[in-house]
Amino acid sequence: MELVVLSGKGGTGKTTIATALCELNEKVVRVDCDVDAPNLYLYYNGEDIEKKDFFKGKKATIDRSSCVECSKCEEVCRFDAIKDFNIDKFLCEGCGACTHVCEHNSIKLEEEKTAQTFITKLDNGIISRAEMEIGSDGSGLLISDIRKNAKKFNQNKDLVIIDGSPGIGCAVISSITGADMALIVTEPTKSGLEDLKRVVSLCEHFGILTMVCINKYDINEEMSFNIQEFIKAKNMKLVGEIPYDETVVKSINELKPITLYKNSKANEAIQNMWNDIKKLGGI
Amino acid sequence: MNIAVLSGKGGTGKTTVSTNISLALNANYIDCDVEEPNGFLFLQPSIDRTDGVSVEYPHIDEEKCISCGECVKNCNFNALVNVKNEIMVFDKLCHSCGACEIVCKSGAIKYKLREIGKIEEGKRSHIKCTRGILNIGEPMAVPIIKKILNNIETDVNIIDCPPGTSCNVVNSLKYADMAVLVTEPTEFGLHDLKMAVELVRMFDIPFGIVINKDNVENNLVRNYCENEEIDVIGRIPYSKDIARIYSRGNMLYDDLKYKNVFDEIAQSIKGVFSWN
Repeated sequence: MELVVLSGKGGTGKTTIATALCELNEKVVRVDCDVDAPNLYLYYNGEDIEKKDFFKGKKATIDRSSCVECSKCEEVCRFDAIKDFNIDKFLCEGCGACTHVCEHNSIKLEEEKTAQTFITKLDNGIISRAEMEIGSDGSGLLISDIRKNAKKFNQNKDLVIIDGSPGIGCAVISSITGADMALIVTEPTKSGLEDLKRVVSLCEHFGILTMVCINKYDINEEMSFNIQEFIKAKNMKLVGEIPYDETVVKSINELKPITLYKNSKANEAIQNMWNDIKKLGGI
Repeated sequence: MNIAVLSGKGGTGKTTVSTNISLALNANYIDCDVEEPNGFLFLQPSIDRTDGVSVEYPHIDEEKCISCGECVKNCNFNALVNVKNEIMVFDKLCHSCGACEIVCKSGAIKYKLREIGKIEEGKRSHIKCTRGILNIGEPMAVPIIKKILNNIETDVNIIDCPPGTSCNVVNSLKYADMAVLVTEPTEFGLHDLKMAVELVRMFDIPFGIVINKDNVENNLVRNYCENEEIDVIGRIPYSKDIARIYSRGNMLYDDLKYKNVFDEIAQSIKGVFSWN
């Protein structure tokens, strides 16, 4: 069973909630698919038991000694990555179109390391995660890779909880593909509702069982009501309303999951929510 | 003069800072966070132009195709697959690079257009506002970002970037003359800020930091900025009142209590970047 935690909008509390849900289970495989801003592992002092380089992107390089400066490569490059016979690594997408038009064989495509993937061992499970090279693309493929890594270490078929990335693009699509259910974390703001609508449409597109929780629901109860109405109209389940709780900021800054703060209102709401999710998802 | 506003982590206040400093600087506002473009919720411009953004994808002419598989072999994005002597196209994986057409000796590949999103333009009083919107289910935002930024005005533009440090942000930063990094004083905020700083340093442009939800006791971001000799060019106080105004979709700049916060950031921007 794979549960992916999504949000549309960034900063709604995905990682806080995903971590708490992980802590409420004895055995769970954690996957941090927010490869741009991977924060889940910061909660733990685990040991990296596997570390691999991830090569996916290719980049073109020009051998200037054989280049006759015919400019054909520059004309054919659709990404404007070639200027004055130099390749801008940030812009090159590694498609190889330039290699096909170069009559002097001066351009080569080389594999480029775009990330490092890790399996981090904790006392109660593992985290599959990655650290991306700054400015790399191909995060969708990287996410498929870290999800595959997690599978390898999950022979007992334990519950998998995926911390997704914000947005609706390739990274999010890769996080949803093949997951069994999605929990969307939203916040009661106008932007929160707008982004919720977009990520809900994406989940509909994928036909995945989708649940929603409103984090900090009491900071704007009117907006929370609007979100509830939207969820009702979409026939989705509102599984949690988590109150604003200063303890959450404290827990982030002490790098301890919120479940360790027994008197926290947010923690209590998350525990109740987890019971509902388990019922709905048949976990 | 293009000022990119970025953050590393999502939800730190990029859109709050970019929309409000657009008003403070009287600058054009450009929302490149095309997966979740929220700036217009606040600026509420009257939209007077909408353009679709399309990308090319290969179409195989079955009459001419001899199923040699060259296109499949040379597609670096797995968008073409050879199934039972027939070439299948997965259009969403295609990067529109044109390599398949170049290698096809039978001339069987032509391109079709597929709309992946749109660009809207409008005005809030005399400020020009532009945003890109990615269609649901489309994975690639970069073509929309490129199309927006290839056509921007030559005066002062505020570019509201996507979160993170990957290709979407790189493509936005490419057009920037300076950057404003928005962060919040939490361990998560600092962790992601460091990645954003690393990225901006690669571009070798001047930058400064705005601390959102700034509470004085908590100074891990301040300590970091001091150690790294990065200018803190503004602070937005931690306040429930601000959170309330934001949650309703209102502009802080329209509130007399907070107008000066953004006027000061605007002044710092001009000062730090010695621009007038």
